[in-house]
Amino acid sequence: MSTATETKMINFMGQRFLAVALSAVMIIASLAGLWMKGLNFGIDFTGGTLIEVSYPKPVDLNNLRQDLADAGFEEAVAQHFGAAEDVLIRIAPRDGMNSAQLSNQVMDSLKAASSEPIELRRVEFVGPQVGDELTEDGALAVLYALFGVLIYVALRFEWRFSLGSVAALVHDVVITLGVFAWTQMQFDLTVVAALLAVIGYSLNDTIVVFDRVRENFRTMREPDPVEITNIAVNQMLSRTIMTSLTTLVVLLALFFLGGEVISGFAAALIVGVVVGTYSSTYVASAFALMLGVSKEDLMKQPKEERDSETDEAELQRIFLEQEAKREAKLAQKGIKEDE
Amino acid sequence: MFQTQQKVISNQYPAWKYLLLIVITVLGITYAMPNIFGDDPAVQISPAKSVEFNQQTQQQVAGILQNANIDVKSSVFENGKFLIRFTNTEDQLKAKSLLKEEMGRTAVVALNLAPATPAWLSGVGGQPMYLGLDLRGGVHFLMDVDMEAAVEKAYQRNVDEIKGLLREQKVRYLPFEAEKDKIEIPFASDEYFQSGLQALQTEFADRFIIAPDDAAAKPSVMLTFSDATIAETQKYALQQNITTLRNRINELGVAEPVIQQQGDRRIVVQLPGVQDTARAKEILGATATLEFRMVDEKGDAERAAKTGFAPSNSTLQHFRDGRPILLQRQIIVSGENVVNAQSSIDPQQGSPMVSVSLDGAGGRKMLATTKKNIGNRMAVLFIENRVETIEVNGEKVKKRITTKDVINAAVIRGQFADRFQITGLDSPQEAQDLALLLRAGALAAPMEIVEERTVGPSMGQDNINQGFMSVVIGFVLVLILMVWRYKFFGMIANFALMLNLVIIIAVLSMLQATLTLPGIAGIVLTVGMAVDANVLIFERIREELKNTSIQSAIYAGYEKAFVTIADANITTLLAALVLFSFGTGPIKGFAITLSIGILTSMFTAILGTRAIINWYYGNKRVEKLSI
Repeated sequence: MSTATETKMINFMGQRFLAVALSAVMIIASLAGLWMKGLNFGIDFTGGTLIEVSYPKPVDLNNLRQDLADAGFEEAVAQHFGAAEDVLIRIAPRDGMNSAQLSNQVMDSLKAASSEPIELRRVEFVGPQVGDELTEDGALAVLYALFGVLIYVALRFEWRFSLGSVAALVHDVVITLGVFAWTQMQFDLTVVAALLAVIGYSLNDTIVVFDRVRENFRTMREPDPVEITNIAVNQMLSRTIMTSLTTLVVLLALFFLGGEVISGFAAALIVGVVVGTYSSTYVASAFALMLGVSKEDLMKQPKEERDSETDEAELQRIFLEQEAKREAKLAQKGIKEDE
Repeated sequence: MFQTQQKVISNQYPAWKYLLLIVITVLGITYAMPNIFGDDPAVQISPAKSVEFNQQTQQQVAGILQNANIDVKSSVFENGKFLIRFTNTEDQLKAKSLLKEEMGRTAVVALNLAPATPAWLSGVGGQPMYLGLDLRGGVHFLMDVDMEAAVEKAYQRNVDEIKGLLREQKVRYLPFEAEKDKIEIPFASDEYFQSGLQALQTEFADRFIIAPDDAAAKPSVMLTFSDATIAETQKYALQQNITTLRNRINELGVAEPVIQQQGDRRIVVQLPGVQDTARAKEILGATATLEFRMVDEKGDAERAAKTGFAPSNSTLQHFRDGRPILLQRQIIVSGENVVNAQSSIDPQQGSPMVSVSLDGAGGRKMLATTKKNIGNRMAVLFIENRVETIEVNGEKVKKRITTKDVINAAVIRGQFADRFQITGLDSPQEAQDLALLLRAGALAAPMEIVEERTVGPSMGQDNINQGFMSVVIGFVLVLILMVWRYKFFGMIANFALMLNLVIIIAVLSMLQATLTLPGIAGIVLTVGMAVDANVLIFERIREELKNTSIQSAIYAGYEKAFVTIADANITTLLAALVLFSFGTGPIKGFAITLSIGILTSMFTAILGTRAIINWYYGNKRVEKLSI
């Protein structure tokens, strides 16, 4: 028998109603943030022009804004980007003016106003039409990913688990979006990529727990699904923590060292990994339990009665089966050679 | 239940698995290695249109560089192009401006960074990773071709032809013009309507959907393009624009430009390493036109080229390969008169030709000219206009720049009007190019830049440095965590992780997939997630150790964790796949590295670590595991 009961157990599932409440509060807060503040969409989605320039010395933004206004760009938004020498300028889409002219004009007027040589770091321009397409594609991608997951988990496990894992994923995505709404961090294409990676990661976590739940349902005599799930979560606890830890340290490295361009991406993943770790423990399993997952659902035609076997004997059996297979193969070869 | 001959779980791997591991390790290291050698500054010289390089060019290039005392590291002639490497960027820049000056318009001279991969590595196909624009700097444009305008222009082009037919058949029609998406022809009476409808149906049924328009006040016929015609028109418009862009980019001197169709109305242009992005945009935004003119056969073009003086009624022009030619000042027909140009094979001689059709006005002028000029040559002059900003005495000045090229000069064999053929072309390729240029100069559908991503060179280098730094730091942190938690087993997992990183880089290099900043993020993320497989296995071994013997625990850890690992990785792969199919450029890079990382980590984390553990612990008495 498994030893789970011997080691100290944390009663995760006992707290599941508290967790549901917590999740509900977080989701409501996220939706409220999305509704009240909205996402700070980058030009990938809104269209517009973004210009990053670098000065040899720190620049005063007020002067720079004045220079831009003088050149006819009153609506331009200028801010420091990473360092006091770097400035990011954002300009909303304009009718009848293409990006090529726009960024050239901005650079010309800045160069004219500055006594020092300035350097163009990057230009990003997205036409309004392309922006709309990217928004649609991004939303569709997230939906497709969720749908794919729904089908795969349903095939591989059971529909209750499938709904549980998708609930966990929606939970993660909504809360990550909520964090972006409340902090007003820039939401661009790379963040959508990060959201999809969060889906992948959180799912990975969920599957690992589900896998253990299924195994426990099959091998344990314990009749109570809640207890079985609880044991599984506890068994996977150190793994969950360790993997989250290794993923988080690399993401922190990416966030602090990867540069400003990638920081939004890293931030989304950091939030997603933290929330995803929590959700795979609570949301996914709790949801499956609430839908009434039971021992019978997962006991689909076990090949033989294995309950009586000890772990040692079962291993021995698997091992011998494999050995026998290999010997059979070898024997076959031998016969062929004889002929 | 047990057999008499008791077998004990012993954790041994067959020799072929070790061999596989060693082979893959060696291959991984070999193909990852080209990435550590860096680049040589180089100049790439490729031939301009209708020019071919030969022995003579090679001597010319070598001579130019020798005279200027520029050290050449190596010079290779491959695929019709020269690649000349230098020891430093100073030499490279000097050589570029010199070569550009000397070789004139016969060649495209571009700066390039050539990978400094040793010969033995490139000999086995080793190449460094291909860096995306965000890492090497450059410009990415997405151009949108105005298809509505292309169709509208196509309608306009047909109006003259329709009027001609109706006149010929003596059908009286009321005045009409082409509209945006149809041509509506009103007739004077019902009889004319009937005969007009019949005439149109016999002549234009392949191109148009022809139907009487009952809603109109006068008896009218409405012509709309069939779907096939619209599709063809749009395909042409796209093709023309791609050709025009390619010609212009040749002028920019970019080493590895990418000009690609995306979807059915967009063109992607990527110019890696372009520093002067403002100029690139100006050149791409040029407009082109055509002029048909008679060749001045009496004047001496060679002498005019030498002295710079052309006879009074002529102008000196050049072919693309630099040969001079004198053209009469009078313009017979210009680009706006050209209705269509298509390359085909001359049915009589079997040689390539281009069929040109003109509108009514153009046809009349052409008839008047060709009547008097049989036996003389007529030339096609291709003119490109663009506005360029140049610096004069430290001040920026907008300057209108016009380039003129004679793209063809052919003898007039007989008089003709609105339809004629240009024959005597050397190859079907030349015919195709000529037809495309004729169309490009005449009826290119307008296009505009709908997306631009420019990364300055310093930014690209910063991105590389920051990306590299975050991979290294993230990697080291994971190594420390693993050893702290799993001791000796952690070290084995770390070895697998290193191998994984090497294999990812090797696979990316071999596939020549584009590495972008999000791609690096994908690698970093993979490093964090790849250890998951080992964490799962090791935690399982720890758990099993409480119940069974050491050898069985190892065995069980791997056996039982496998299903979980496979399940978890397949689902992550699923997300990566969605990412890939949805993604545009940079996002795709992330999806690619993530997918490759997941696949390789399965191999290294399961087979790699097991091999070492079996080798170290397998088939012997072990008192205690360092886990």
